[in-house]
This record gives sequence, C-alpha cells and structure tokens, in this order.
Amino acid sequence: MGAPVSSVSSVSSIEAVFREEHGRLLAALVRRFGDLDLAEEVTSEAIEVALARWPVDGVPPKPGAWLMTTARRRAVDRLRRDRTLAARVAVLQVEADRAPASEVTGDAELPDERLQLFFTCAHPALPAEDRAALTLRCLAGLTTPEVARAFLVPAATMAKRIVRAKKKIREARIPFRVPGADELPERLPGVLQVVYSIFTEGYAASSGPDLQRLDLAEEAIRLTRILHRLLPAEREVTGLLALVLLVHARREARTGAGGEPVLLDEQDRTRWDRAMIDEGTALVPVALSGGPPGPYGVQAAIAALHDEAADLEHTDWPQIVALYDVLQTLAPSPVVALNRAAAVAMRDGPQAGLTLLDELSAEPLLRAYHPYPAARADLLHRLGRLSEAKAEYQRALDLAGSEPDRQLLRRKLESLGTA
Amino acid sequence: MKYLMLIHAATDVTEPECTPEDWMAYDKQVRDAGIFVSGESLADLVTATTVQVDRQGKRAVTDGPFAETREVLGGFYVIDVPDLDVALDWAARCPGSRDGGAIVVRPIADFDN
Repeated sequence: MGAPVSSVSSVSSIEAVFREEHGRLLAALVRRFGDLDLAEEVTSEAIEVALARWPVDGVPPKPGAWLMTTARRRAVDRLRRDRTLAARVAVLQVEADRAPASEVTGDAELPDERLQLFFTCAHPALPAEDRAALTLRCLAGLTTPEVARAFLVPAATMAKRIVRAKKKIREARIPFRVPGADELPERLPGVLQVVYSIFTEGYAASSGPDLQRLDLAEEAIRLTRILHRLLPAEREVTGLLALVLLVHARREARTGAGGEPVLLDEQDRTRWDRAMIDEGTALVPVALSGGPPGPYGVQAAIAALHDEAADLEHTDWPQIVALYDVLQTLAPSPVVALNRAAAVAMRDGPQAGLTLLDELSAEPLLRAYHPYPAARADLLHRLGRLSEAKAEYQRALDLAGSEPDRQLLRRKLESLGTA
Repeated sequence: MKYLMLIHAATDVTEPECTPEDWMAYDKQVRDAGIFVSGESLADLVTATTVQVDRQGKRAVTDGPFAETREVLGGFYVIDVPDLDVALDWAARCPGSRDGGAIVVRPIADFDN
C-alpha cells in the first residue's frame, strides 16, 4: 500500500484550512480503525469531498463531525471491499476494544486524540530522521511532497521513508497511546525534540538557498501550541512554546534585504514581533516554576533576556551566563558551551571568551560546526588579531552549508581585508 | 502479538552485575505473567558452527559465527504481548539488557492476517 499522495494538494491554499482538522481527524480514525494507512486515505478523501461540497452547500454547523462521518463511511466501504484489510482491522479492533476507546458518534464533538498520534510518530523505535517527517505528515497534514520539500529530499525518497515508517508502526505494532505518568518523563522529551527539530530547520535551514523557512517554523509553532493545549501542566511543553515564540519573534530582523543573515548585534529591534515576545515572555515564569527547570524552559529564559533588551550593551549578560551554567548541567553539549563562551565574552570581554573557546578546540562536534570558527574570528577581530581572525573566517566559510551564511562570512572576510 | 527477544551479551564484561538468580527470577516473571511462548539459552559460543552452501551446492563448514563481534547471541525468548511498548518493557527488565548487553526485539511475522 503506497503513501497516499493526496490530489487535494493541487488546492494547497484551501487545504491549509483543513490542517488543524486533518490531525484531529486522522488521530480519531487511527484510534477507531487501528490502521494508519487506512486512516490517512479516508481523511484525505473526506477533505476532498468537503472541498467540493462546502463551497456549494455551505460549511456544515459541525465541520469536524461532518468530516468524521464522511471519513468513517469511506473507511467502512473500503473495508467491505478489501477483505484482507478488514481481517487485519478486525484483529486490531479486538485489541483496541480492551482499552476503553472514546466513542465517536455522528454529531458529538470530536475527541482530541492527537496526543496519542504525537507519541506514535515520535516513538523511539522509529528511525530518528523519520519521526519529524511522520509528524509533519500526520499531525501537520502536509502532503508527502511538502514533507519532502521541508527536508530537501526528493519526493520519492520521502515517500519511501514514510511508507517504511508506517510499515514499522503497523507490523511491529507500535501502540497508539499516550504513555502513562510513569513513562511520560522518558517519552515526552522525544516528542518535544521532534517538534523542536522541525522548528530549528525552519529557523536556520542547514542547507539550501534560504536562511529561514518561515512556513516550517510556523508549522512547528502550531504543533507546539497543540501540544501545549493537550498537556498544559507539562512545564517543558510550556518552555518549548515560550522558546519558539521568543526566537521566532526576531524573524523579520534576522535577514537583510538580500536574504543574508543579520546577527543579533546588528538587528533592527523595532522589527521584532512585540506581541509574540509578550506571549513568550509571559510563559517563561510558568515554565520555570513549580519544580526543577528543564532545558527548554532555561533556553526560553535566555531568549527572553535577549528579546527584552534594548540593545546588546543593555543585555543582562551576567544572568545569561548564569542560565547557560544551568543549561550546561541540564543538557550539556559543546554547542551550549560555545554559546556560553560568547555570553562570557560579552560579560567579561573578548579575551575571557576566547580562552573558553580554546578549551573547546578538541570537541569533534565543533570542528565541523561553522559557528565555532566564526565565533573565534569575531573575538580575535575584537582583540585586534586580524590575520588570525581572517584565517578563522575562512575556516568558517569552508564549513558553512547554507548560501546566506556563506554570504555573511564572505562579507566579514572582506571587511577585514580592507581593515 | 508474538515478539522474539534476542539476547546479545557483551563479550568484554569481566564482572557482570547480573547473577544467575536474576535470570531465574526473570524467567519466573515471564512465565507467571502468562506471556511465555518459548525461550532457550544457548550453549557457549565456542560450540557454535557455521554452515554455508554456495551456488554450486558446495558446503562450507566453519568454526564459530561469521565475524568477530563485540556481542554474542546468548539466548532468546518468544513472548506474546499486546504491542511493542509492552515487549520493550519486558526486554528492559531482562538481565541480558544490562552489563553492556542488548536485547533486539523483533515481531514475529503472522502470515494468517
């Protein structure tokens, strides 16, 4: 059974309206029929029927229930035609009946079972690279070609990956359920990681012509909002929502007229999205209270300090360094150490930062990470060590993958050349 | 749904934490839970022999498994549980998942469905 490439994609602008319904509908149908492929096909079909009928007949009073009824009828038709599928579903149904399934009736409000779907799509038994793809496909309602574009891989490659992942869900019987309270601490970070990885790919594309992929970042924010609605008491979900809002608030100022990246010190802060900053800032204390802080909450707090500052000089660098210290104990990584060193350089001067960066020189992860030599170059420049700075910018240029990043580094190199 | 748990032991562990009593306790748990289908522990790796037959039908018998590996298959269980998460829970409880060992969990194909 192939991945259904919905013919609805031809009217993708209208389909965007259905994305919210798509995930909800799909989740309810997976719960009912226990078969992701079947659920996807009838979800797409129901949306197609709605696209044809609603403009003529008007939008029904309960659009979600209408779509559900239509999809369910289609699924039953399909099961009548396809005996093997019916047998499989019957077996799954027996299993599902053991657990109390939410009853979906024609005109009741749809139960929200998207949380189950999040945990299925982000299941650790699936290959890491497939989890984000599946989440975009099933929960964001992106078509397979759209998901392929999101990850800059050919559509056929993505279709194969999604088919493979769905096959594993079906044949290894990865359950469709929310982990119990005892498992949640172990499983939730995986779900958040998937959503955050979609956001970071949108925030700073790892390759390709564009620095930012705003649609992808917005999709990730939408998914985080859904998670936050479904798990309001989970502080790391709140922290992640705060983080993505506070970072996304700077989107307009992050690129120049030519699409080149504009670093924090040169950004026009009047172009930051105030409403988004306010929303994110208000979430930070919620994320950080009532228990030990989590890495997303701490990162959100750092982002809030940047967003609240009038400029680089009036940024609360001592507090940012302190937060990086906390982050380094919660989720130690060379990248965190790199960012901490940059903050120390702002607090204590470039030499202090450079000393810390030099201590990281043996980190294998940083050797291939262009922000590392770029950060060294910046500090060397500020110390007046121009030829060393040039060599470091050149190293960064050799490592940078995205064209806008390379453009910025070339500009930095040239400015040193004439200095 | 039936799952095979392949118990791979690390070869370089000199002082294992898990005792034979741990294994016996686990075995009892699996049987008491009513999920046990089958299971065996394998004799020592030095007793393993590999057979390959080439296109001409020529048989080659060699000593041991195919390649030097850090892990050796020490035994297996087949359990019958509702889904992968339950199977993974049982795998995590198995003493073979500790001491540098690992359990590979594989669903058993069901051609009747």
